[in-house]
Amino acid sequence: MVKVPVAVRVNGRLYEREVEPRLLLVHFLRDLDGLTGTKVGCDTSQCGSCTVLLDGMTVKSCTCLAVQADGAAITTIEGLAAENGALHPLQEAFWNQHGLQCGFCTPGMIFAAHEILRTSPDPSDEEIRHGLEGNLCRCTGYQNIVRSVRAAADAMQEGEG
Amino acid sequence: MFAPQFGYHRASSVAEAGELLRSNPGAKLLAGGHSLIPVLKLRLAAPPALIDIGRLAELRGIAVDGGSLRLGALTTHAELAASPELQRHAPALAQAASVIGDPAVRNRGTIGGNVAHADPASDLPTVLVALGAAFEIAGAGGERTVPAAEFFQGMMATALGDGDLLTAVVLPARPPGQGQAYVKFAHPASRYAVIGVAAALTVSDGACTAAAVAVGGLVPVPLRAPSVEGALAGGPVAADALAAAADRVAADLGDDLIGDVFASAEYRRAVAAVWVRRALEAAAQAA
Repeated sequence: MVKVPVAVRVNGRLYEREVEPRLLLVHFLRDLDGLTGTKVGCDTSQCGSCTVLLDGMTVKSCTCLAVQADGAAITTIEGLAAENGALHPLQEAFWNQHGLQCGFCTPGMIFAAHEILRTSPDPSDEEIRHGLEGNLCRCTGYQNIVRSVRAAADAMQEGEG
Repeated sequence: MFAPQFGYHRASSVAEAGELLRSNPGAKLLAGGHSLIPVLKLRLAAPPALIDIGRLAELRGIAVDGGSLRLGALTTHAELAASPELQRHAPALAQAASVIGDPAVRNRGTIGGNVAHADPASDLPTVLVALGAAFEIAGAGGERTVPAAEFFQGMMATALGDGDLLTAVVLPARPPGQGQAYVKFAHPASRYAVIGVAAALTVSDGACTAAAVAVGGLVPVPLRAPSVEGALAGGPVAADALAAAADRVAADLGDDLIGDVFASAEYRRAVAAVWVRRALEAAAQAA
């Protein structure tokens, strides 16, 4: 099958590749440059562990073709911290509030939280839970994840104020 | 999971997409891909080529024109849910869009792709049938408009033929005095509708003067519920009247109920009236 050229900016760096049209974005990202923080979980767009940002908005990268991301800017968990290594407030909050145990769902969970705060900077607990509906965690029982999102929202609003 | 091999073409206009469809027999259109890519990965379909229409700006956006709304086929569920025009003029559709899948799915999934896929467990088709929407289709023979009630023909089967491209959804704006609601019983993992109910009730002086009710997830197509509508028309919108009307839904379901490992056909039949009642109560409250 004829390969297709794609140019995708991942965590600020431009990658140009020839890909099979059927290549999923998640495999493109994981095989690109050691960026294995993005996980393949259910592979059916239910669990959310493959969630990344595409032009600033969440996408489940197991349900997106690499060719669909041609020309886009992608952020994976490896690119969320500042260049000087300072963690994003969401990463700090998940750490401080014990929002993870095994960590497999965490990259996707953090981007789902990022989407919640992008659309609603001061969300209610109900909004947080509705916003996390597409992400499954089998360890924490979600309580600490909701707490983490709450704490990150507070920290980010304080940062702005 | 890997999809079977396919060729890839990116269309730069609706006209070019039509030409590509005609020159690639068996090709499928790719918009957000949130119905199509799972189908390919599960190898339920193996089209020789995909024609990517996802970047066609001409197919995007929500327009209000007098008494009607026109929604471009590529408008995403997130855009539908967040639209003040939709919340005002077709609130049941905005509500339904806000409970599709999850936020990441809503960022990518489109109304046109959703409708063309025609999954009976989908949310938007149920609302579009209740609200009397119609679909604009560009085909080899020109453009035509198909009412929602004729568009959905069976499980994942629609009035779209080879070479057809669904370009827009049109629907009437909510008339004064009409309350709308969409309620669903979502599958806990997939978030698809085990049962979804859309209701639009026009209320005047405490009486229901017009009713439109549709159910989804129960039979292979989204279904109007004329028995429920008939029981409501002209009557009061009190709780007991709404419950009695909701009970009539059993008469509209027929024998072709869907059953699966999560919810049997018997269960769906038994619980349908409960969700119809909830939709009627919410619509009456919004009127």
